[in-house]
Formats: sequence, structure tokens, C-alpha cells
Amino acid sequence: MKQFYGEKTFGLIDCNNFYVSCERLFRPDLANKPVVVLSNNDGCIIARSNEVKKLGISMGAPYFKHKALIRKYNVTVFSSNYPLYGDISQRVMDVLMQMEPEVEVYSIDEAFITFPKGKYLDLENYAGFLKNTVQRDTGIPVSIGFGPTKTLAKIATWFAKKKSSTDSTFVMNDQHHLETLLAGVDVSDIWGIGRRYADRLKKQGVHTALALIQCNDTWIKKQLTIAGLRTVMELRGIPCISLEKAPPVKKSIGTSRSFGQPVHALSALQEAVATYTTQAAFKLRSRGLKASIIHVFIRTNSFRKEQAQYCNSKTLTLSESSSHTATLIKAALTSLKAIYQPGYHYQKAGILLSGLVPENYEQLHLFNAPDPSSISLMEAVDTINKRWGRDTIQSGAVGLIRDWCHRQLEKSPAYTTRWSELPIVKAAPPETFSVA
Amino acid sequence: MENSSPIKEIYSSAGDISLQRPLFLSGVSAGFPSPADDYLDRKLDLNEHLVKNPAATYFVRVAGDSMTGAGINDNDILVVDRSLEPSSSNIVIAIVNGELTVKRLIKTRNSCRLIAENPDYPPLEINEDTPLEIWGVATYAIHTL
Repeated sequence: MKQFYGEKTFGLIDCNNFYVSCERLFRPDLANKPVVVLSNNDGCIIARSNEVKKLGISMGAPYFKHKALIRKYNVTVFSSNYPLYGDISQRVMDVLMQMEPEVEVYSIDEAFITFPKGKYLDLENYAGFLKNTVQRDTGIPVSIGFGPTKTLAKIATWFAKKKSSTDSTFVMNDQHHLETLLAGVDVSDIWGIGRRYADRLKKQGVHTALALIQCNDTWIKKQLTIAGLRTVMELRGIPCISLEKAPPVKKSIGTSRSFGQPVHALSALQEAVATYTTQAAFKLRSRGLKASIIHVFIRTNSFRKEQAQYCNSKTLTLSESSSHTATLIKAALTSLKAIYQPGYHYQKAGILLSGLVPENYEQLHLFNAPDPSSISLMEAVDTINKRWGRDTIQSGAVGLIRDWCHRQLEKSPAYTTRWSELPIVKAAPPETFSVA
Repeated sequence: MENSSPIKEIYSSAGDISLQRPLFLSGVSAGFPSPADDYLDRKLDLNEHLVKNPAATYFVRVAGDSMTGAGINDNDILVVDRSLEPSSSNIVIAIVNGELTVKRLIKTRNSCRLIAENPDYPPLEINEDTPLEIWGVATYAIHTL
């Protein structure tokens, strides 16, 4: 065996069909049965169990297109339940952090770890231990790949998922095997190489990761820019991308969503925009930021060609950056009023907060001193909503009935975040124990 | 308010969880400070007592009366720790016929049973026909008195 010469080993922990696994955790009757999870508004299929993948239903496919197939194979359908997925994701990350000091939360269902080479003598064994611990503690099955760079760890995880012989873990630590393995990886499956670049490489005869690492550096840089060359170096086993333990500073925070049914009235749009602004303002404060620019947009359904189309947006700069919900709602509603036109079937609205600055950054202002009571008000609101659940206290502008709210017909309970929706365990009479 | 009843002071502060103020045992008075103020302790947090491993702990609600003998009543909340290795006589959440079920686990050298804690309900023998999957180990029951 020939080892890579980097000083570190990288690992990627990737939850298997994460949203489906979260739903199955409290529904053991759905083990080995086909399950899908739909996007907000029940529009597209965004998570599929392995059984569903075998039916040929693709990721992101519109739900209505596959309704017949879903009925025929008795597929269980869930609307997305983000409070549940967020809570379980946090648990997975917490378990990893208990075991490894260096963890980068890469997405809701993926995390990178890194440790000095040689820390664990038997990497296969350690990968299995990590996998079993996460699965036992949280109930979520994961796949784990180890490699000398982040890009190779990602490819190792891909092998862990694809190869049935791997038991969901895969270790790349032998340079001798690197070329054989990379010969089996399509360029479009490499982390960091987008579809456009992949198509470009294929047009020039470079189809596999192996073919790519054998190309000349100058040519690679010309085709894929310096970022692509970094990816190729990583594929060769030379670490170029380190762990990002703090997420990159956000440039903007936004919330937008399609409505459950078309909306006509200004009042309904106002409620929606106020709700999205409330959510974005909360995100803003929880990251310790303030915004100075607020962008509001509304639009009709461009797929409904027979209907009159309208789409407009307005950007407003605040005289003073703020994270105060009422201030932001007031600005958002002013913009909305300016762009609203009656007589259209509106399908979507959204807001985007930008010009973000840290909350302690105070631009001196000639006339208005910032009001300390507004800051403590927002702190109190956030504390109450964290303790008693989202939307316990909110601005009156968001409305109470919200018939514009997006459609979520098949949503599972908030099993882990609401006392009233805890999973039920049976302490039941014997007839339910008949041996199947 | 009547002056300087130390017990009153305890009641008024203890309900207030969000304010992490230390609890002074002396009442508000202009007299001598309480000798206990030098021995202040931290406040007790029930989470700390009931939840040893937060990432692995789930709460579930009981439906049915088959476990009343173990002090688990209908509608109780169970604290379930998935990180614990289930051993004999533990109260466990098991998956039986695709349902989450609460039972007591009895392991012997060559058998494994899930028993109810209610004489009306017979035990469930585990063998190849009924594979046993333990979902988690229940550590506490919370019920209203």
C-alpha cells in the first residue's frame, strides 16, 4: 500500500435519503416501503426512498407527473416537514461533534470531518464505528467516505452509496488504487465540477475523473479556471480545500414561496410579505446582522400562459440599517403597495434583505438615535418564540387566517419540536401482536 | 408585601426560568445579610437530570394501559435514550409489527421476551419469526399526578 503524502484524512458523512429517513424514524411501518417527500407547496419530489429510485422517478420531478405511478405502487407521500428535518439534522451533527473535534456542517444532511493521518490505525473500522454510532443515537442511516482530500472523501462517499459490497462506508487511502477508482467516476459526478463544465470536458473527450487528472495543468486552468484546477489537484490527492468551520458570511437573506392557490387581493399579499419579512428578520437577528436594503417581488404563474402575466419588484434603502421586524415590515409593505396591480392571479411573493452589517455596527445618524427599547423588544419576541414555538408572538400584519398559505396536505407531525405532537408508543392489547 | 419572609422570595423567583439570577435567601431588608448568601448554589435544571444525552434522546407519548405495573400509564411521556445498550429488565421501545411499542425486555441465555406489565396481557416471545428491533431504552416516565 502506498499512502498519500497529505498530513490529514478527510471524511464526509452523508445521511441516506435524509428527509425520507426522518419520516421513517417515527413510522417503522414504512421500512422497505416506497416513500417520497415533496417540496414546499407539494410541487416537486425532493426526496426518494431507494424503492422509489428503482421506479425511475427522478429527483426534482413534478409530483403531478408521477401521480399515477405513485398510486399504482402505493408510495407514501409526505409534504416537507422542515422543523422535523432541522431538529434531526442538528442531532446528527451533535453526535459527530461529540466524537470529532473538527466538523464542518456542509448542508442539512452532510458534514465533513478531518483528523491527522494516523490518528486511527484502522480507518475501515473507524468509519464503521462512526456510522453505527450516528445510526444508533439518532436513528438516521448514513454513508461515510474517507480520503486524503475533501474532493476524494466526497467520491469515497459516492462509492459507499453505489457499491453494494461496501456496507455504506468506503476508504480511499491507497494511492495505488486511486487510478482504478477514478476510472469509474464520470466527470459530472465530481464535487465542484458543474454540469456546464462537465459537458465541456466531455465534448473534448475527457469523460472520467481519471482522464481529467491526466490532463495538463495549463489546459485544465484554461477549461475550468483556477477553481477547477484546485479540484483536479484534490483528485490527485493533494489537499487544497480546508474545512470551513464557520459558515461564510451571508450577503443576503431572503424568503420567498409560492402560494397554495392564486392570490388576488392586496391584503393577502400584504400578509404573505409581512410573514416572509418576519421570518427573514428572525434569521437576520439570529446571525447577529442588520439589513439596510430590502427588495420585494411579486409575480404571476408563468406556466399558465392563458392568464395575464405580471411581475415586478422594488428595492428600498433604509435610512438606517435595522433588524427590527416592524421597521422591516413597514418598508416591505411600502414597496409592495407601489408595485401591486389589481386584476392578476399572483402565484409567488418574496423578500430579500441585503446590505448586511453586524448588529454592533452603528452608522452615526444625525437625527435618530437607535432606540434601545426596540432591541430588547425583539430579543423578548425571539425568546418567547423559541420557547413556545414559532409564531407565538408576531406582528399583526401577518394576519391570522392566511388562506394564501402554501399547500401542505401530507405533512407529518412535528414529532420532536411540539409537546402536542409527540410520537405515540403503544401499550396495547395483545391482538395487535399477532405474528405477521 | 409583608416584609422579609424569605420563603416568599423563593416562590416568586423560582417560576421565572428565563432570568438566570442567583437566588438570594435573604429578604429585602435593611438589616444584616443572610449568612447563607456566601453559600449560593446553582439552580437545578430538570433536563440535566432526565436527559443524559440530548442528541440521542427523544420524547414519546404512551397510548394504552399494558405497562401500568411498571408505573407507566396511558398518556404518560417517556424519555427515550437511543444511545443506551438495551439489557434485560430494561423498559424498551420496540418495533413490533411496524409499530412503536413499549415493553419490558427479558433476556435469558437462550431466549428473549417482551413482557407487558399488566396481568391481562400475555408476553411476546421473540424468535426468528418475530425479529426484534429495539428502537430505544426508556429511562423516565413523566406523568401527571
